[in-house]
Amino acid sequence: MPLFGKGKALPAHDSSAAGGPADFLTTRLDTMVAWARSNSLWPLPFATACCGIEFMSVVSSHYDLSRFGAEVVRFSPRQADLLIVAGTVVDKLGPTLRKIYDQMPEPKWVISMGVCASSGGFYRAYHVTQGIDEIVPVDVYVPGCPPTPEQLMYGILELQRKIRAGEKSRDRRSAASGEGSRFVWSPGERTAPPGKPS
Amino acid sequence: MVAGRENGAARKTLLSTVEAPPRALSPAAERLRARFDGSPLGDRVEVRDLDLPTVEVAPDDWPAVARFLRDDPECRYDLFIDLAGVDNAKRPGRPTRFEAVFHLHSVTRDEHVRAKVLLPDGAEPRLPSVVEVWPAANWFEREAYDLFGFDFPGHPNQRRLLCHDAFVGHALRKDYSPGQRWFFAEEDLRMPAWAMDTEEKAGHFETQTISIGPSHPATHGIVHLVARLNGERITRAETQIGYMHRCFEKMSETHTWNQVIPYCDRLNYVSAMINGVGYVRTVEKMLGVEIPDRGRLARTILSEFSRIMDHCVNIGTNLVDIGGLTNFWYLYQPRESIYGLLEACCGARLTVSYVRVGGLAIDVPEDFVARSRALLESIPKFVDDVERLVTRNRIVRNRLGGTGVVSKEQAIAWGFTGPMLRASGVAYDVRRSRPYDFYDRFDWDVAMATDGDNFARYLVRLEEIRQSLKIIRQALDVFPASGPVNSDDWHVVLPPKDAVYHDMESLIFHFKLIMEGIRVPSGERYEWIEGANGELGFYAISEGGAGPYRLKPRPPCFPMMAAFEHMIVGSTVSDAIATLGTLNVIAGELER
Repeated sequence: MPLFGKGKALPAHDSSAAGGPADFLTTRLDTMVAWARSNSLWPLPFATACCGIEFMSVVSSHYDLSRFGAEVVRFSPRQADLLIVAGTVVDKLGPTLRKIYDQMPEPKWVISMGVCASSGGFYRAYHVTQGIDEIVPVDVYVPGCPPTPEQLMYGILELQRKIRAGEKSRDRRSAASGEGSRFVWSPGERTAPPGKPS
Repeated sequence: MVAGRENGAARKTLLSTVEAPPRALSPAAERLRARFDGSPLGDRVEVRDLDLPTVEVAPDDWPAVARFLRDDPECRYDLFIDLAGVDNAKRPGRPTRFEAVFHLHSVTRDEHVRAKVLLPDGAEPRLPSVVEVWPAANWFEREAYDLFGFDFPGHPNQRRLLCHDAFVGHALRKDYSPGQRWFFAEEDLRMPAWAMDTEEKAGHFETQTISIGPSHPATHGIVHLVARLNGERITRAETQIGYMHRCFEKMSETHTWNQVIPYCDRLNYVSAMINGVGYVRTVEKMLGVEIPDRGRLARTILSEFSRIMDHCVNIGTNLVDIGGLTNFWYLYQPRESIYGLLEACCGARLTVSYVRVGGLAIDVPEDFVARSRALLESIPKFVDDVERLVTRNRIVRNRLGGTGVVSKEQAIAWGFTGPMLRASGVAYDVRRSRPYDFYDRFDWDVAMATDGDNFARYLVRLEEIRQSLKIIRQALDVFPASGPVNSDDWHVVLPPKDAVYHDMESLIFHFKLIMEGIRVPSGERYEWIEGANGELGFYAISEGGAGPYRLKPRPPCFPMMAAFEHMIVGSTVSDAIATLGTLNVIAGELER
């Protein structure tokens, strides 16, 4: 006999019964919101180079990032809350990256995917930004050249953990601090020329 | 240490025997000499016989020589391949400090030639532009202006191409420090002059100038297209690049020959293996090293798998851009399975760094043939599925058919190679025109189409996947079950670890290779292979040091991206996006 059907009464739920299932839970609003945010990240892939190809693997059928609630890829910064910088960022691209970051609504997070984005990687060179933290604040650095999909997933899980722990946005230079959104960069840092291997 | 020095001395004698004794010109160079002698230019040029017939010329004579090279019926070098600047500041014995080195190809005669313009010392390096002779030279000359400071009088748009607009100096000159960066802010970005012109003409009230990119979902990496629209039609466009210029050439000059391999893999990272093969082939030719058949076949098999991966990504992303997301998942699955094979070989998925000068980093795994055969079984199904979904799909036919049309003459003039050129009706494939490894022994066809539109390019790529599978199948049939993959020249390849522990000589070779690297004899060489999107060449100059003196890759997608701004004039924005997808532009290779 079918359990449900026309004319059939649904089983009555008696919440007053001792030991029965409860209809409510107690939590703090912050915790609840952070839990929801951590599981519904909308990434914007700022894919410049090789890491972007691995990012494609991560969202494709084989690895399927949607298992972690972060597969709604958006190319508009206005619709995203997670910026994944996948690949080398060069000096010419710095202002663009900053602009995109500024256009994202709060709260927002940044994952630096791969060593190029994290530190310039093995491009210690005249046109390569030595780490995107010169331009935007980073929440999670994922090493690798490029990182394997598993590594990026681990990075996203780490970010989720941080969000659940209450992290909102690491922007120290946002409008709130009074400096506006001008692209801030300190020249002269970490620009020592690479030595010729002896 | 004493033993090490002795070995160094032995190496030096070996080096001196490598230098070729003076000899008569090769038949090709002899013919070129004869052609020039029969023309008024005879006493203005010097014909040398290096790895390619080489014409040396002074800047003032260059336009006339260029026209002669293009138009003379016995020359017909109509396909512009590459322009490499060279700074001889640390290269004693060269007549001038700066040289501009051109490589050209003749489609009718299937031959390469090199032309060197020697720029006199004392003045600013200057040579006349040859954009009117070969339209493809446009971006190459801008690049030489940017990185070397060469001045090209007559160039239509001489401004920086790769470095940002606030950059000071010319990065590839030998006196430029590799790590010297310059601050760049948004207001420093220079737009094309015509784009700043805001005058609205009467009757063209819908005229507007828009920027597509640098960060845009359809640009495949970071490309900036400035377009003027009339309604939805593009009336003028200019592509700005340099958002991914990560200094490959400067980096290669500060590293040893084997250390350059990982950088090469990050040129065209969608088919990284082919880049590595192209680079080490150049170095091996300079060294005169032969590698065993097993190693060569393994390279061939993995290169062809890489070509399949590249075409899969290109077709897939192109279809995504015109609205067909499903195919992408179909096409990405074979890519994942090929990653599995590459990972089994070398531990990396994407940027494999699997080749070494003289062979491979490590032997292929025991189940290499079985794994490859399993892939040969599984991939055709995905390709057939895509073909059923796409090839006769009316939306795809309407979006791709008849858009982005490039005629045969245009394709040659713009310097196209690879699937783009073959889709326009020119059957130039390096694997057929100048077979390397074993491509002349396999039975395969050059995929070709004549329409020259976006759909023709899709068909060519799809067919090339099938032909690659065919090549792999034949290569697996003759793949030796055992044997070395590396050359046994211990001046180049590390001796087996076992021998290093038990035999003094091997230990010395190991020590010297690790501490000093490979010593490549002085000289220059241009070697080219068929990359996934065209002719991939490496022009290397050695001064006998531990690393390249100069290394210039010939990026196949560079001339295609340069032609893009001409291809899309008159088309709608949405067609331009479809066209951009079929170019197969890989930012790492485009801007190096």
